[in-house]
Amino acid sequence: MQHGKYRFIVGFLALPLGLYALFVIWPFIQSIYYSFTDWTGLSPEFKMVGFDNYNRMLDDEIFWKSLQHSLLFALLLPVVTIGLALFFAFMINVGGRKRKNGPVVSGVRGSSFYKIVYFFPQVLSIAIVALLFAFAYNPDSGAINSVLRGIGLGDVQPLWLGDPDLALWAVMAVLVWSTVGFFVVLFSAGMASIPAEMYEAALLDGANRVTTFFRVTLPLLWDTVQSGWVYMGILALGAESFAVVQIMTTGPGGPDYSTTVMVLYVYQKAFRDGQAAYATTIGVALLVVTLAFAAVVMRLGRRERLEY
Amino acid sequence: MGSTSAENRGTEGVGRRDLIKRSAALGLISVPTMSFLSACASSGGDDSGDKAKAGKKTAKNPLGVNDTAGMEFVLFDGGFGKEYAEDAVKIYEKNFPQAKVKFSATQKIQSTLQPRFNQGTPPDLIDNSGAEQMDMGVLAGKNQLTDLTPLLDAPSYDDPAKKVRDTLRPGIVEMGQLDGEKVWILYYAYTVYGVWYSQKALDSLDEQYPETWDQMLAVCEKAKKKGMAGWTYAGKYPYYLPFSLYPMIGKVGGREVLDAIDNLEPNAWKHPAVKACFDAYYELYKKGYVLKGTPGLDHIQSQTAWAQGKALFIPNGSWVENESANVIPKDFDLAVSAPTGIDSSDKLPFGTIWASGGEPFIVPSKAKNAEGGMEQLRIMLSEASSKNFTGKVKSLTAYNGGTDGIALTPGLKSGVAALDKAGENVVNPRLQDWYVQLQKEKIGVSGLGEMMAGRLTPAEAVKKIQAYADEVAKDDSIKHYKHQ
Repeated sequence: MQHGKYRFIVGFLALPLGLYALFVIWPFIQSIYYSFTDWTGLSPEFKMVGFDNYNRMLDDEIFWKSLQHSLLFALLLPVVTIGLALFFAFMINVGGRKRKNGPVVSGVRGSSFYKIVYFFPQVLSIAIVALLFAFAYNPDSGAINSVLRGIGLGDVQPLWLGDPDLALWAVMAVLVWSTVGFFVVLFSAGMASIPAEMYEAALLDGANRVTTFFRVTLPLLWDTVQSGWVYMGILALGAESFAVVQIMTTGPGGPDYSTTVMVLYVYQKAFRDGQAAYATTIGVALLVVTLAFAAVVMRLGRRERLEY
Repeated sequence: MGSTSAENRGTEGVGRRDLIKRSAALGLISVPTMSFLSACASSGGDDSGDKAKAGKKTAKNPLGVNDTAGMEFVLFDGGFGKEYAEDAVKIYEKNFPQAKVKFSATQKIQSTLQPRFNQGTPPDLIDNSGAEQMDMGVLAGKNQLTDLTPLLDAPSYDDPAKKVRDTLRPGIVEMGQLDGEKVWILYYAYTVYGVWYSQKALDSLDEQYPETWDQMLAVCEKAKKKGMAGWTYAGKYPYYLPFSLYPMIGKVGGREVLDAIDNLEPNAWKHPAVKACFDAYYELYKKGYVLKGTPGLDHIQSQTAWAQGKALFIPNGSWVENESANVIPKDFDLAVSAPTGIDSSDKLPFGTIWASGGEPFIVPSKAKNAEGGMEQLRIMLSEASSKNFTGKVKSLTAYNGGTDGIALTPGLKSGVAALDKAGENVVNPRLQDWYVQLQKEKIGVSGLGEMMAGRLTPAEAVKKIQAYADEVAKDDSIKHYKHQ
């Protein structure tokens, strides 16, 4: 019975693991290796320099600024996005008023319409979203300032992306706008699988909407929320934040380094300054931050799993 | 088999945990084997055995191109298009009918060519331009480029008695040098930087282009009364400001000030001329002569606002005529001027302007047919090819002349006139090609951008920029250059 079992398992795992090793693990190892060299990225020659790149990174003010912004992204964006998405999903699926002859739990009026509308931004590529908002934030003729003028707030004409105190928030708002729809759909699907009897029971006990949300919906949705959290954090640390910062901001990364993030700094060092080795060093730092983020979320979020 | 993992517990079967442990062990074993692979990822091919044999040098073929060797030419497919290069390739093919020319145009210079540099098989001629430009300092420093001196010393295409170097516009040869005598880059296009405006708008104010700063302020005041801002600029990319600010510093304090800045000399930015020019620009902001909202505009948005007549002046380069062609009205009467100075005590006369090369062409040192690449450049530097370029893309070339007999657009005409007026007084600040990060991010965005948005005073800006420059001067991970 037992013989040939290893072969059986290895047979199934070899190919996917091989591909994973070649295209995921191997590049990781390679970049860690390059972070100890002085490779420029533009010629095949390089030599080992030990921890020089790491020492340099620790003294690099721009690196610390980008780290700070990336951490802020990773902490704040998931909270805001997932909070909003949970609220919307709850209102769409559960939050409605009880109607005559209707089901016990239902969404607000027009919920199926909202569900589709929230998903719209997800259909647009992040580059297009960023470009659209860059136009909207144009202080001279952009949509936002024009609306402000239109409603008589002609004196309130912020510079948006041109103002170091506002730029980072303006960028974050775009990321929230473009990702919240996905989580609304994700959480809606999760809520749909929560049995209606649970809600009925809660209602019979006299629970209001807020209590229902915190005592019934959220605990039963916890797994989905947790994976959504990790996913959003990685998104905020990685590609999405790069796209919006690169496309929208002054410089990019400005004004005065107020919006620079780690991925952008990696890109600039590798492809603008011809310092690929230093870029991989920052990449390693980003890897550490990302892993730490995932570990923290998994650890804090560990709860008894409820079966239903 | 029919066994589940539950049944396997305690037996010699593979539990889930074991499986993970073992695969981790496998991963560890594979690490050393991978170091073999890494040799592939970054292995240099320094075998020069496959280089084309040199051909015979003749009057028609002064570089000694092997007339049967293939030649590969990769062009940046940007604002200038690719037609001009295709036309030049046709001439090459005509002159060397047996040679096979491979021509391609791409916007992705770095993604396409970086791997080929790393493999040691680059093409023979590259227009290393655009957003994906490869860092020239690094390329030259790592011996990846061919010295173009043979090309410069070869007889020119039109007149065998004249060397190629003597047919070029001022600054082109110097710009191609990075450190020392060797010339690594040939900039083919020629860009005029300065203050761009609509002659029509200026006429409507009944004004001339101002030559001193007091006049500049007076013109701006007049414009303001008519509801027009004096200035706008690419607020999101404030490194457009130097296009008029640097030559102004050169005019006020002399060439040495700009050279000292480029050479990252201590206290270069603390020269009184720098402060005077910063003060002058800051006054534009203080007096409300800068278009409202400018710090949030990108280059296209600011150029559009300017073309719509919301602002009178904009610091820019000669590409603006092409780039904003669809928003500049027909009767705009586009013109460029050398920057306004402070007053008559300035070191250099009014007309001192910044002009320099664009579209950097390089011949890699590991190219198979470097002579062919240089010959292609020699063809492009002929009068006919230069005229073809200017006629097609509304820009000057490195070839000094080549504007007679073709219809010039208003902006181009005014650029030629500005160059004539400048004569010898063409300055060529190098920060933007020597120290990209310093120029764009630090001086541009964090220094000048902040000052023009009113968040730094000129004194603070000088101090901040000097600190940035000192930082770069000390940073030995950056290659340093000096004016020759």
